[in-house]
Amino acid sequence: MLSYPFMQNAYMAGTLIAIISGIMGVFVIARNMSFLTHTLSEIGFAGAAFGIFLGWQPLNGMLLFTTISSIGVGELGAKSSRRENSITAISALAIGLGILFLSLADSNASYATGILFGSVIGISRANVIQMVALSVAVLIVIALIYRFLKFDSFDPVGARVQGLWTRTLSVIFLVLLAFSVSVAAQIVGSLLIFILLTLPAAAAKYFVHTVGMMSTVAVAFALIGVWLGLYLSYVTNWPVSFFIAVIEVLFYFCALIYQRIRA
Amino acid sequence: MTDSILQLKQLSFAFPDKQVINDLSYNLKKGDFLSIVGENGVGKTTLMRLILQELKPTSGELAFLPNRNAVKVGYVPQFRNVDSEYPLSIQDFVGLNFARFGVPWLTGSERKRVREILKETKLNDIRKRPLGQASGGEKQKAYLAQALLDRPNLLILDESTASLDPVAKTELLDLVKQINNHQQLTVIFVTHDIPLARRYADDYLFLSPGHYEAGKITELTNEKVGAMNNA
Repeated sequence: MLSYPFMQNAYMAGTLIAIISGIMGVFVIARNMSFLTHTLSEIGFAGAAFGIFLGWQPLNGMLLFTTISSIGVGELGAKSSRRENSITAISALAIGLGILFLSLADSNASYATGILFGSVIGISRANVIQMVALSVAVLIVIALIYRFLKFDSFDPVGARVQGLWTRTLSVIFLVLLAFSVSVAAQIVGSLLIFILLTLPAAAAKYFVHTVGMMSTVAVAFALIGVWLGLYLSYVTNWPVSFFIAVIEVLFYFCALIYQRIRA
Repeated sequence: MTDSILQLKQLSFAFPDKQVINDLSYNLKKGDFLSIVGENGVGKTTLMRLILQELKPTSGELAFLPNRNAVKVGYVPQFRNVDSEYPLSIQDFVGLNFARFGVPWLTGSERKRVREILKETKLNDIRKRPLGQASGGEKQKAYLAQALLDRPNLLILDESTASLDPVAKTELLDLVKQINNHQQLTVIFVTHDIPLARRYADDYLFLSPGHYEAGKITELTNEKVGAMNNA
């Protein structure tokens, strides 16, 4: 299986995606941003379609749309009720635009399917290099601001009263999330990206007692899901995103059962 | 005046529809244990937000002495929205206040300081317990430990005892009083509980709608409280 270049690329890309998703997922869960992550993936779909329409790499279109949207959402961040409604409106607009751009680009249905549901064979070596660069950039920024992000995510009241620059931190986090969504969508597709950015971390929190361990276990769950998903997809020729979704949902339900037994 | 840490001069603050603080002057000295008392809506929280510089005075002056950088404020709010399911041990929670650029993990000296403050606040034995499983009193001690971590010289307890049982209130305030006495930590204790304020504070600042009164806590009699509330 690993003698095929497309599988080598898929495994390299998948490993990066799992690491980034596991780490970012911890903060997505702590900041209650699962819904926003889902919306960013829909915005990513519109961006990818826009990229195709202009003849760009879909990843570049995704990066453009998700980054601009994340900054916009960060600016709306002060009032959460308004933010929820705004996100819903942006989400609807994004899906509409995505469909329009795909139609205008006159692309075939398989292209749309690839963007929405991901693809194993669609990852080129050039894609992998771009994803490595983006992933390393995201990981460096997270490492630099990790302590601020941890404080603000797990104890927002404490962070505010200690004078942390929480508003700026929120915008930086959203931009990192936009990058992570765009990178991760390359394999699982824009519709299912929130699986990797939410479920591994949501499951991990029930098994550990520290935030550091939560990140480690979340990365492990994401890696198992991606690696096993790619293998099963290769063997069965079924979509990889289906297997990843099933594996991560299983982890999550096992975590809930474990929590119930322990309580 | 050399001992002053915070000076309020004719401080006023108004929201667009309501005057909250009116012409308040007060001089807080190093090592003071001041209790700010008053009913709901008289401006206690607004005054704290002014001290924390989340709000700007409409008029008057609020000055840290000898300068802003010389005064480090530790703040313990009444409520925290820390999810009970978070994998955050008490030790981990206290260490959050070491928010710095650089390495994601705490350095050796930072870990040492966390251990010191856990011992000082009598949390060392339960340091590995998830915060979500701690009792109300233990949680408030953890909030206190976090606020004290970075060695503040002004500690604000904002209704921190409001949701605690009498034993936990006493434990928390005994601890704060001990630190106040031994380390000359200046304390502002915001509360509704006047008997508790009388037991621990040295001075009071009584806020009531439109005016205020300050003095030694021993002078805060029930008659005075009744007169202020009815004024």
